[in-house]
Amino acid sequence: MNILETKKITKHFDGVYAVDGLSVGFEKGKITGLIGPNGSGKSTLINLLTGVIQIDGGSFVISSKEEISKILPHEVSDYGITRTFQEVRLFEQMPVLDNIFVVLTKRNVFSSLFETHKKFHLERAEEVLKKVDLWEKRNDLAKNLSYGQRKLLEIGRVLAMSNGFGDDSDIFFLDEPFAGLFPEMRKIVIGVIQHLKEQGKTVILVEHNIDIIRELCDHIIVLDNGKLLAEGIPNDVLSKREVMDAYLGE
Amino acid sequence: MDYFVHIAILIGIYSILALSLNLIVGYTGLLSITQAAFYGIGAYVTAILLTSFGMNFFLSIVIGMIITGVVSLAIGYVLSKFDGDYFALGSFGFNIIVYSIFLNWQSLTRGPLGIPGIAKPVLFNIDFSNNFYFLIMVAVFALLVYFISQFITRSSFGRVLKAIREDEKAIEVFGYNTLFFKLTIFVIGAMIASIAGALFASYITYVDPTSFALSESIFILAIIILGGLANNKGAVIGAVCLVILPEALRFVGFPSDIAAQMRQVTYGLILILLMLYRPQGLIGEYKL
Repeated sequence: MNILETKKITKHFDGVYAVDGLSVGFEKGKITGLIGPNGSGKSTLINLLTGVIQIDGGSFVISSKEEISKILPHEVSDYGITRTFQEVRLFEQMPVLDNIFVVLTKRNVFSSLFETHKKFHLERAEEVLKKVDLWEKRNDLAKNLSYGQRKLLEIGRVLAMSNGFGDDSDIFFLDEPFAGLFPEMRKIVIGVIQHLKEQGKTVILVEHNIDIIRELCDHIIVLDNGKLLAEGIPNDVLSKREVMDAYLGE
Repeated sequence: MDYFVHIAILIGIYSILALSLNLIVGYTGLLSITQAAFYGIGAYVTAILLTSFGMNFFLSIVIGMIITGVVSLAIGYVLSKFDGDYFALGSFGFNIIVYSIFLNWQSLTRGPLGIPGIAKPVLFNIDFSNNFYFLIMVAVFALLVYFISQFITRSSFGRVLKAIREDEKAIEVFGYNTLFFKLTIFVIGAMIASIAGALFASYITYVDPTSFALSESIFILAIIILGGLANNKGAVIGAVCLVILPEALRFVGFPSDIAAQMRQVTYGLILILLMLYRPQGLIGEYKL
């Protein structure tokens, strides 16, 4: 069963189509790899589905409910969606711990005014930061972390969204979470993604590393020039001639 | 002694202004250059209510805060359409508009003539005409504002403000409607500034538009940048430094015919050097 479906979704920039009438589905509780050459529309699709940029045409449906043709960024978590960014976007001049607390506490203006972080927030933050091996760095400013640690903190932040407090997310868009990571850090991210799957979460993974795609994904969708090129089980799709031509350059 | 009490009262008033602006600029990252407008509205409301209606000073503060709150909500909503430098320019424009209203709505503000004869408050037989008592009152207000600022900035709300400052789009996708947070802190900051205005009007016993010009907003901004953004103690330290500094330069011994100009030059030079060698301010936690 699809938890998220796009229906002829379209986005163009100055007449150039980044996403062109794309209709794809993402199955609940599975890890779907979203792959394609640079400029194929993968990150644009994530940005459209998380309200970071607005859709020009078409719509999408979450959990078979109403069709959505416009979504604002602050509304996406109401639909159980969370994400990382292709370029890491942390709250740089805030401590690591605060980068996690901020997604655990209340969203309402007035409730948040009378709330400070509590023991259970700290326990949850500790759990998350230990999973991404950043607990020792909890009091460091995010800007002082290494590139890999910054990536891990962003992963930790979305992991905190699968928390059982308020905005518990079901759909996780991870935009190139392995880029620039050392092997041991990759293992941590693989562990987090597998943990999310065990929890029944849906993960949509943008990734260029085909070995990781083969290892992790239940299903892959290949985009090219904003259109669907192929989809299916990784080994089947990756052996298709058109995929190799477009993506692997073989 | 009176001179030192006078300086301390000014430090108190500017501390309140700096704390109010620090919530908006330091914690939320909204480069607002319109705080003098809210300061002025608070001052004019108190001046008008006390001179024309004989109203109680403390009640005038509350009414001033309400009026400033409504005006700042409208201004904040318009400014929410802008980002970054455009926000700063827009806020700049609002300060000029409010200043022009003070200057030209003569039937209400008496324009450039200003409003003289503003009474000092009396509370439980304490006559605040005595500057020492007035200083105690200003100190009580400044402390109250300091603790409110601490309360706000240590709450989850305060953490969201900092996240907005760092990356508004990123915090939005985690379910925060940042417009509400930005408007709330803008209005709170403006209402606090109006308290400083009421105290100023009552202390000086006279208001005119020149006290609330754009240069005053820039001065308040300089205080928080010098003291250190996103740090409430920094705002107070900045106010102490920038109120005392020009006064201290009186004792440097410049030749009398150029003393005033030299004080301005030295004052400017010290600010430039500080920004060159300590851009985060004296105890700042955030760099613009």
